[in-house]
Amino acid sequence: MNVSPLLQVRGLKKYFPIKAGFFNKIVGQVKAVDGVTFDLYPGECLGLVGESGSGKTTVGRTLLRALSPTDGEIIFSVNGQSYNLATVSEGVLRPLRQHMQMIFQDPYSSLNPRMTVADIIGEPLLVNGVINRSEREARVSELLEQVGLKTEHLRRYPHAFSGGQRQRIGIARALALRPTLIVADEPVSALDVSVQAQVLNLLQDLQESFHLTYLFIAHDLSVVGHISDRIAVMYAGRLVELGATEELLDQPKHPYTEALLAAVPIPDPSLNRDRRLLSGEVADPANLPTGCVFHPRCPHAEDRCKTEVPDLREVTPGHFARCYFA
Amino acid sequence: MKGDTRNLLDPQQPVQTDPVDVSALADDLTNTRDSNLYTASQWQLMWWKFRKHQVAVWSAMTLLFLYLMVIFCEFLAPYPLSFQDTSYAYAPPQRIHFFSDDGFHLWPFVYGLEGRRNPETLHKSYREDRGQKYPLRLFAKGHPYQFWGLFETRRHLIGVDSGGTLFLLGTDSMGRDLLSRIIYGSRISLTIGLIGVGLSFSLGLLIGVVSGYYGGWIDNLIQRAIEIIRSFPRIPLWMALSAVLPSTWSPIQIYFGITVVLSIFGWTGLARQVRGKILSLREEDFATAAMLAGASQPRIMWHHLLPSFMSHIIVSLTLAIPGMIIGETSLSFLGLGLRPPITSWGVLLQEAQNIQTVAFYPWLLSPAVFVILTVLVFNFMGDGLRDAADPYDRS
Repeated sequence: MNVSPLLQVRGLKKYFPIKAGFFNKIVGQVKAVDGVTFDLYPGECLGLVGESGSGKTTVGRTLLRALSPTDGEIIFSVNGQSYNLATVSEGVLRPLRQHMQMIFQDPYSSLNPRMTVADIIGEPLLVNGVINRSEREARVSELLEQVGLKTEHLRRYPHAFSGGQRQRIGIARALALRPTLIVADEPVSALDVSVQAQVLNLLQDLQESFHLTYLFIAHDLSVVGHISDRIAVMYAGRLVELGATEELLDQPKHPYTEALLAAVPIPDPSLNRDRRLLSGEVADPANLPTGCVFHPRCPHAEDRCKTEVPDLREVTPGHFARCYFA
Repeated sequence: MKGDTRNLLDPQQPVQTDPVDVSALADDLTNTRDSNLYTASQWQLMWWKFRKHQVAVWSAMTLLFLYLMVIFCEFLAPYPLSFQDTSYAYAPPQRIHFFSDDGFHLWPFVYGLEGRRNPETLHKSYREDRGQKYPLRLFAKGHPYQFWGLFETRRHLIGVDSGGTLFLLGTDSMGRDLLSRIIYGSRISLTIGLIGVGLSFSLGLLIGVVSGYYGGWIDNLIQRAIEIIRSFPRIPLWMALSAVLPSTWSPIQIYFGITVVLSIFGWTGLARQVRGKILSLREEDFATAAMLAGASQPRIMWHHLLPSFMSHIIVSLTLAIPGMIIGETSLSFLGLGLRPPITSWGVLLQEAQNIQTVAFYPWLLSPAVFVILTVLVFNFMGDGLRDAADPYDRS
């Protein structure tokens, strides 16, 4: 790809301190994100998959500076200028926020139950200078229609809506400022399967209409495979594989990705698959294994994997894996 | 793989327009109100839920009545506060009669009161003088008083013609009507709770917000201070503090002094609740969403966090008022709070401090009945409010 990336993430780390005792002494660290590096190109959808606790949500939140990173760079290019989001001050960050928004996982806790739909979707507009009420409501009505809701829903409170409808409200709020980057944090995993498909299709349609760039976080490979151009696989705070969707799904290079694919259910009971399911527990980010973090669960692990940390290397053009045997 | 799910899941399925019901609330609402439910604000939802809690509604009405009594006490009391008649000392409660020797009377009446001193024990005993009937009168002309200190009038809600007496709850050692004194006492006893809670509320909210919002060592300091304050035994500290109040102070100054003393403990619980709420709500996605939209910290605080815990605060306030009322009553009962000539329920109970009075004149305990009633209805109403406080509770 010879387009310049919208977002360059380099060695991103986010550690949470473990405090204990009367004086809150720091006794350890949870390495939720431990050196994540990737590029995000304008107009693409990068899927980020991993088990619960692998740090994918933390990556999303750190990118938008909902959390401050411990270390690393987040270079965000907007209007021909580049900013390192990891270090910019609050004052520089606030005007930048309108270019990057988030869609949340939980359609219940992400909408303030005490505000009407008009106020929820209108809030980003209000705090970014659209003071005029009628102007704001006109914009909100337009947004509601774009996400498949009706203008008469304007005066209603979130409790009047179903989970899927609430998620649409959340999407409308994210779109309100016409951002270029959207971090979608498991936007469909809390929804019914039938509603999941509608919301996924809506996200795809919106991406086309508004030239959005998505970082699509999910734990469900079939959902990610459906919407993403490229997929990044996370394990214990690190990327273990990154590649184009079709290639990664057809020819996984990392044993963890293989195991994830083997775990995807196929709606055909007669199909007798060779299922290599993982044994053992997910690595504890407060106490990571030495060497390759995956080695205690890896069927191919050798002595070398226990001591040396493999790099994320380009196995075939555009396809990276963090494994000596890829 | 790409496109698989699209075939698997029917994209043509229409968008669900059925709203999700708000737990059991929606079940009880008729169809006609359904459309209102969608646009109902939090306070409306709370009111609808509160209304279903019968005990709480009755308690709220009782409280309304009690506070109306506070406002119109001069008019409601059969006798003014200054009234005393030592010839009727320790008179027992007079009964209201509908039947006399000559049959049923549509209009209730009391008999005249006849007192006689026992020459051996010097004890005064009273009996009804069946020869004299005094019908109860509405808006009766009685002893003059100043209404709200504005104008003088003689009208009382109920009374009897001159010559008769109306001591529905008996009298005390100086022949003062106990019911009237209780009604006047409510003015002090019921408002001290409100003012005390108001004071605790301002302190608790301020300190709680600071503690939860800034966190770090400020939070640590405040929390440890709260722990220290709460670990003091309550009554001795109250006693010590009220002993500090100068005896030269006017009744009004004493009243506010006692309120401050009571609030010293009151704010700590509230500050903790506010801090806890802020800590948990700050992590809610809608607060993060507001921050990501570019909202300033004060805006998130006032537009998102504060409204979210306001209902809980109101509930804890309601539940804190009876504590204040009991506090005032206990302090005054012990002679450390309000002192005569101020009339409060605690001051009235001081008269019932020795076993002799309780044995001979049990009606002097009747202020305690009002204290119990008030505390109970506050608690019942608080319960109802607590159930209604979070209409969005999904459990």
